[in-house]
Amino acid sequence: MRFHYDTTYRDAQRLIRYRADWLAYGALFLLLLAAPWILPRYYVGEVSFIFIMCIASLGLMVLTGFTGQISFGHAAFLAIGAYAHVWFISHDVPFVISIIAASALSGAVGLMIGLPAIRVSGLHLAMVTLAFSIILEQVIGRWKSVTGGYTGVPVPSPSILGIDLGGLRPFYFLCLAILLIVFVALINLTRGSIGRALVGVRDSETAAHALGIWVGGTKVLAFVISASVTGVAGALMAHHVQHVTPEGFSLLLSLELVMMVVIGGLGSLRGAILGAIFISLLPTFISKLKPMLPAAVSGQFGLEIFVFGLVLALFILFEPMGLNGRWLKLKALFQSFPLYRRDTFRRGKTYMKSERYR
Amino acid sequence: MSGFFAVEHLELSFGGVHAIRDLSFSVEQGEVFAIIGPNGAGKTSVFNVITRVFDPSAGRVVFQGNDITAVARHQVVNHGIARTFQNIELFEGATVLQNLLLGRHRFPHGNILAQLCWLPNVRRAEEESRARVEDVIELLDLAPYRNALVAGLPYGVRKVVELARALATQPKLLLLDEPASGLNPEEARDLAFWIDDIKHDLGITVIMVEHDMSLVAEAADRVLCMNMGEAIATGSAAEVRAHPDVLAAYLGT
Repeated sequence: MRFHYDTTYRDAQRLIRYRADWLAYGALFLLLLAAPWILPRYYVGEVSFIFIMCIASLGLMVLTGFTGQISFGHAAFLAIGAYAHVWFISHDVPFVISIIAASALSGAVGLMIGLPAIRVSGLHLAMVTLAFSIILEQVIGRWKSVTGGYTGVPVPSPSILGIDLGGLRPFYFLCLAILLIVFVALINLTRGSIGRALVGVRDSETAAHALGIWVGGTKVLAFVISASVTGVAGALMAHHVQHVTPEGFSLLLSLELVMMVVIGGLGSLRGAILGAIFISLLPTFISKLKPMLPAAVSGQFGLEIFVFGLVLALFILFEPMGLNGRWLKLKALFQSFPLYRRDTFRRGKTYMKSERYR
Repeated sequence: MSGFFAVEHLELSFGGVHAIRDLSFSVEQGEVFAIIGPNGAGKTSVFNVITRVFDPSAGRVVFQGNDITAVARHQVVNHGIARTFQNIELFEGATVLQNLLLGRHRFPHGNILAQLCWLPNVRRAEEESRARVEDVIELLDLAPYRNALVAGLPYGVRKVVELARALATQPKLLLLDEPASGLNPEEARDLAFWIDDIKHDLGITVIMVEHDMSLVAEAADRVLCMNMGEAIATGSAAEVRAHPDVLAAYLGT
């Protein structure tokens, strides 16, 4: 068993508190640095793609996991980030400025989509975001002068200060660096007063109002943050696919993002990362599994979507707290080893939930 | 009328239902003021008008010279008014500590860019908030639950956490909506002591809606009895309890 022993309130703010944690995270970091030389070439590209999905998943987690707003149209923000970045970079805007501008533009669109969120929530909000994503796909397809229509546009290779980052390994490190920046920034955001306000709006709007949280503003802010982070992921994704087309940002991608945050564990940034890794690796895993299955099964159309659905259903049934919940349980098991109680994570029943007003 | 807090000719109706009819009362600074009355008398509605959940149909609520009915709902707490809820409105997915820190939301914690980068001013603000929250935790004996998720806490503790969260906003006026409902006699006695501490040590004025007459008699300086949205008696607990209209309202004679 380990108890936090802080002598100042500053101690409690540290992110990494124990030597064991330093060792574990240090080892992970070194492994990530060495990975491009260890992994086969194909997988270096795959891992870069997983990093990009992690950024997008983190973006959606702020909205869905922390603020409790569902978005079925987050691929649209990926698309805005991607197309804006390609447009800027083709007009000789430097990479760093271009990616920030693409993120800002995506955030601005997030602001407009966030405004209805003050009025609608739950299923209705899901419909609004879904409609937005479908409309945007059409707009991209028709607006040929900027987006190249359904044939798409080629993406120039990324370069910072004249150094080309389009190679497999440089691009890997570019994605890793941006993921780390986004991750640390979001950790800071979620442990500060704004992050608490997001959770407050999710759990009780009534109490949030009474404590001085501007509920409408906070909801829109969550949309803006989420959209701009997702926009960054979109810009990187453009470089990954090297030729962006509207089909690359379909409804299925939005659904995959939702699955990442749900399977990862709502309300946890670690969950967003775990979920993104899991969902991104699932297709690879299925394709590896296919030769081992009987032909009647592996030849079926839509096997992949079936497995996605099955995994989601199993998680919701058996582990609603997602991969992050599983992680916390394992950690508690080892930390309290012979004394682990099976009901440690069981939630108490709520008996009173009536007369709620909003 | 009084300079500290006053409700003046307040009306609240939903269509044909008159929840509050021409209600006026005033509360002096440093007082514990109780509102009693049968179910549906409009007690909680009074709180909801004060904290801007509902717009009054007529009348005003004046707090330290400001008309609260003209204030945005999330700004009420900045005037120094905090409240608890009858059916506990805690942030279930957060720890007790986070709930109490949310009580400090009205104080500055740095802008969004400073928070993203966790700049020194954010660190200092977080430390300061933590220190103030720890004061409340000590006052209300919540230390054992500091890092527990609210979702796993027993009812009695949740009630105290909600009181603690309201105190963390450092209010001048505290509205307690049935603080003793669902508490066992021991917890209710603790509560009576705490209300006394809040009044004498923290100097906070308290308005509470309560059914537990022993708590009201012990803690309240003055009592208002409401029925059908109207004030029917005001005075000390003993006076109100003996008032013929109050007896009629409760017993229906």
